[in-house]
Amino acid sequence: MLLEIKNLHVEVADKKILNGLNLTIEKGQVAAIMGPNGSGKSTFSYVLAGKDAYNITEGDILLDGESILELAPDERAAKGIFLAFQYPVEVPGVATMTFLRTALNAQRKLRGEGEYSTPDFIKLVRETSAKLGVSQEHLRRAVNVGFSGGEKKRNEILQMAILQPRLAILDETDSGLDIDALKIVSEGVNRLRSPERSMIVITHYQRLLNYIVPDVVHVMSKGRVVKSGGKELALELEAKGYAQYTDEAA
Amino acid sequence: MPAVQETVDRVRQIDVDQYKYGFVTDVESEKAPIGLSEDTVRYISAKKNEPAWMLEWRLEAFKRWLTMREPTWARVDYPKIDYQNAYYYSAPKKKPELSSLDEVDPQILETYKKLGIPLREQEMLAGVVRKDADGNVLAERRVAVDAVFDSVSVATTFKEELKRAGVIFMPMSEAIQQHPELVRKYLGSVVPTTDNFFATLNSAVFSDGSFVYVPPGVRCPMELSTYFRINEANTGQFERTLIIADKGAYVSYLEGCTAPMRDENQLHAAVVELVTHDDAEIKYSTVQNWYPGDADGKGGIFNFVTKRGDCRGKNSKISWTQVETGSAITWKYPSCILRGDGSRGEFYSIAISNGMQQVDSGTKMIHLGKNTTSRIISKGISAGKSNNTYRGLVTAHRKATGARNFTNCDSLLIGDQCGAHTVPYIEAKNSSAVFEHEASTSKISEDMLFYCRSRGMSAEEATALVVNGFVKDVLQQLPMEFAVEAQNLISISLEGSVG
Ligand SMILES: Nc1ncnc2c1ncn2[C@@H]1O[C@H](COP(=O)(O)OP(=O)(O)OP(=O)(O)O)[C@@H](O)[C@H]1O
Ligand SMILES: [Mg+2]
Repeated sequence: MLLEIKNLHVEVADKKILNGLNLTIEKGQVAAIMGPNGSGKSTFSYVLAGKDAYNITEGDILLDGESILELAPDERAAKGIFLAFQYPVEVPGVATMTFLRTALNAQRKLRGEGEYSTPDFIKLVRETSAKLGVSQEHLRRAVNVGFSGGEKKRNEILQMAILQPRLAILDETDSGLDIDALKIVSEGVNRLRSPERSMIVITHYQRLLNYIVPDVVHVMSKGRVVKSGGKELALELEAKGYAQYTDEAA
Repeated sequence: MPAVQETVDRVRQIDVDQYKYGFVTDVESEKAPIGLSEDTVRYISAKKNEPAWMLEWRLEAFKRWLTMREPTWARVDYPKIDYQNAYYYSAPKKKPELSSLDEVDPQILETYKKLGIPLREQEMLAGVVRKDADGNVLAERRVAVDAVFDSVSVATTFKEELKRAGVIFMPMSEAIQQHPELVRKYLGSVVPTTDNFFATLNSAVFSDGSFVYVPPGVRCPMELSTYFRINEANTGQFERTLIIADKGAYVSYLEGCTAPMRDENQLHAAVVELVTHDDAEIKYSTVQNWYPGDADGKGGIFNFVTKRGDCRGKNSKISWTQVETGSAITWKYPSCILRGDGSRGEFYSIAISNGMQQVDSGTKMIHLGKNTTSRIISKGISAGKSNNTYRGLVTAHRKATGARNFTNCDSLLIGDQCGAHTVPYIEAKNSSAVFEHEASTSKISEDMLFYCRSRGMSAEEATALVVNGFVKDVLQQLPMEFAVEAQNLISISLEGSVG
């Protein structure tokens, strides 16, 4: 078992958002999380990545059996947690290439690994970005500044491919992607599937799960997991909506 | 880009409150008697063996200064300066004539080495191989250096090669001896001895500085640079720099400055004058890193500087780029007088304040000629309990038809105990002038920092990256060699401002 969420209660600005969330993610597992708008999916992903301003009032998050609640976001990143943001942030004036390199070397340093040499790094980025259809011009541009919605999402997956996390959380990576981009990005994600890497794929659309086929599907409502099942659960949701589960959670 | 990584490494190596350049060099020095009087002025002039006209010039300035008052309009607050309790001249003791670098006091050479300034020509020639983000070797560029230690210039490199190109680059004290006609013609022609309290004081007691003359049609074959170092305690530094680009000439010049950490404040009142004739261009860059004082505001340099450029000729251009990270107090407004028709002035500034630092800086663009243009990009970053003011004046006179200015002034706040202020003055005396002004103030964004940190960067690394991004437009204006240095400085001066 890689990740274990135990009875997680989270408040933000005195508002309760997660209400006793329980979830386990196995090593190598791809889990889809679906759920209505406002059910707390993004909040959950931020809490996993260690964002400030969330008040954890109860419960725990264990990675490899150890609590990560006290770890800073960069320490969690070094342990292999990666969040592909629902709304990627713009960093004006910082070239994407510079950002990638700073991030990669920072993580490696925290793990006590050596830095990438300039030629090795450039090779890595060139190869990875080519596969994801990210142009050299994009790598020179400032991180996410003036990127289209789809380009931003692609940039998140590029970062994931470079940083090679053990646990990737993809928060609505499919929204904003056109049909071709959806395919390219899904292929990129699938290439990264391995027995050593787990993924949490948050989405509203069954369509994505045709490309990235999940091992399990969890339904979230009002800040907790209310139903879990196989990949066919996504099809059922598509047909019937969330009503039955949201009622149960109430 | 490796530079960011280097930046971060440098930050790591330094403890909070550790000003890297804060050491004192132990050299024997020769000082003027303490205090300021006509005798002090005569002493300095005599020490430098100056001709009578120079002494007269100084004495006149001194008389004028006695009638002037210290200005109080800037948003800075400091204890009264006792002008009688300071030294106005200090020179490392040396042999009367230096024929080569080997004769410079090794302690002084050591100082410059510690500062990372290579003085020896062979080192300069060897150069350092730098690569860009794509791994390409960047063309090596050589830089001629003039090093000023307290009040005197100790070494100038590449003299011969510059001479062959016809470029004069030498300490001001030597120029007064060797090129009196040029000095007399231009000294005080941009910043008159009566200009302002600090400039007038400088005119009376200036000790050394750099003199540059680039003859018509010559493009200076290398970057010129001067490194100023205040070493002696209780001593003011008053350097005077004069750069002239004759018709169609071009020169890029950079100054750097550092000082030891001392508990008492030290006064630095420099004057820089630039003159461009028709079609000439001067690019003047500053990386200012005087000791800023400790976290409680004790010690540090009072930096009161008058810098002005005169675009005297048609279609000439003067560009100021400054990276201001040091000093307890900064009072400086590098300006351009756009006299020649079609001339252009530029001002690119990064001003960082941390701890208890106070910065009041900006520029003046004075449009006198027709179709003159100017551009101002100012990036202020305030952290700690510091205060950072941009003060800028843009004017177009009656005859300056078609004058244009673009101003962009951004402030970034780190933490909530610092202040950023923008004070623009705009006057257009003719209706065809077009002035655009943009300004913004923002706090360093938590979302941006979290995004970076979620990718593995520490709070410091993330801040350095975000700030380097914020100032990028200005950093790009610096000569390549110095952009990296400036980037390092930025991170170092923000040390202790996060977390
Ligand atoms: N900082 C905040 N302050 C107040 N309320 C917040 C804050 N952050 C999140 N919320 C609220 O918490 C709830 C859960 O938000 P969250 O973004 O986690 O939902 P989501 O499941 O990701 O929704 P969507 O499917 O629309 O992306 C919402 O009602 C949201 O308004
Ligand atoms: Mg969401």
